[in-house]
Amino acid sequence: MSAAIASTVLLASGGDCSTTDAHAGSNCGFQPPSLGDFNYRPIFHLGSYGFYKPELLALICAGLVVLFFWTAFRSPKLVPRGVQNIGEIGYLFIRDQIARPMIGKTAERFVPFLVGLFFFIWCMNLMEIIPIAQMPVTAFVSFPASLMLMVYITYWYQAIKHQGFFGFLKNIVPKGVPWPVMIILVPVEWLRVLVIQPFTLMIRLFANMFAGHMLLATFTLATWYLASATFSAVFAATSAVMVVVLTVFEMAIQALQAYIFTMLTAQYIGEGVSAGH
Amino acid sequence: MTPVTYLADSAVNSNPIIPELPELIIGVIAFAIVFYFLATKALPNIRKTLDERTEAIEGGLQKAELAQAEAAQVKADAQAQMAELRHSTADIRAKAQADGAALVEQARTEANSQKEAIIASAHNQLEADRNSAVNVLKADLGKLATELADKIVGERAQDAGVQERIIDRFLDELDAKLGATQKVG
Repeated sequence: MSAAIASTVLLASGGDCSTTDAHAGSNCGFQPPSLGDFNYRPIFHLGSYGFYKPELLALICAGLVVLFFWTAFRSPKLVPRGVQNIGEIGYLFIRDQIARPMIGKTAERFVPFLVGLFFFIWCMNLMEIIPIAQMPVTAFVSFPASLMLMVYITYWYQAIKHQGFFGFLKNIVPKGVPWPVMIILVPVEWLRVLVIQPFTLMIRLFANMFAGHMLLATFTLATWYLASATFSAVFAATSAVMVVVLTVFEMAIQALQAYIFTMLTAQYIGEGVSAGH
Repeated sequence: MTPVTYLADSAVNSNPIIPELPELIIGVIAFAIVFYFLATKALPNIRKTLDERTEAIEGGLQKAELAQAEAAQVKADAQAQMAELRHSTADIRAKAQADGAALVEQARTEANSQKEAIIASAHNQLEADRNSAVNVLKADLGKLATELADKIVGERAQDAGVQERIIDRFLDELDAKLGATQKVG
């Protein structure tokens, strides 16, 4: 066993066992999934820079989203057929259910941004259950962070453009509040806009997908661990059923998290474009 | 070793909530590709198509409305024409009835007048025939009476003037008698 897998082994009792060696009845103990699962060896090196699997998956997702919309909207017909129908449903969903209610009159300008966010995030989340990929790209905090940065730049740009920097800081504080309350309220509101919102936007997506991957990995590994010619095969079967159930559950979470991220982005942009709550 | 994973580089920062710069950059690049494509190609395309579809539907509706209005106009025209026709046929029928009645009336009056003319001419004929018969009878009767008187008297009345007077007086009496019988007849 190479030293490289040492970090995946948390259980001291595991000794030098790998996850594939671990079976009920063998000398190796059960090894639950760990943070080490998120550390990959680089696919290739460019000098000191290593190119990793999640980065590859992110680029593949970008390609898939582009491919999908290229197929759907390459030469759109008045009477839609096939993929165009699906593309239109996606586009109109983002436009009518998210952009317009949240942003209002100027929503049209931000629709491409929101459509891109939703489908890109959804695709990266979907990688959780795609065979071979089997890893949500958004479970690596850098990707939610990069999206959050772009959302925040857009948000602040719109806010400063429409309200001015100090105007915006003034507008986000609710009006008609007695001044003693303001002493607490003003820092809280500023903290919200400057730190809490971006941080939660990023962490919500990251943590959901991270936890989802851990859940799936736990039950998958448990199925593998318990699968032997003993009574524990019953537990292995139960665990396998759980994997299927959780896969369905995760599919819902993937779409939901993409939706929440896009929805909040639209809400922030709406807040930036028009003053006040 | 699992075959698929590029496992476990312990040198890599393993704190899961600290972003790494290369991945950040790749994330931005990947999203930028998606955003650029959507904003410049795909979504303008579909927006245009959706607008065109809206226009097409609106145009179709307008066309349908026009057609409906036209149909209603045609229907109204036809109805008006029908009413007019009905009106004119009634007129024609009334006129025909009036004409017929007039013709019948005319024929009747003509027939009446002809009948009266025929009756009048027959009367005249009868009158003329009677007159001529009366005249003939008068002359014959005068001669016969004279002859009879000659024979009865036995002598010929010498005086032509007397003879004439006697004849006239007789004829007058006869006339009076005949006129009386005619009136009674």
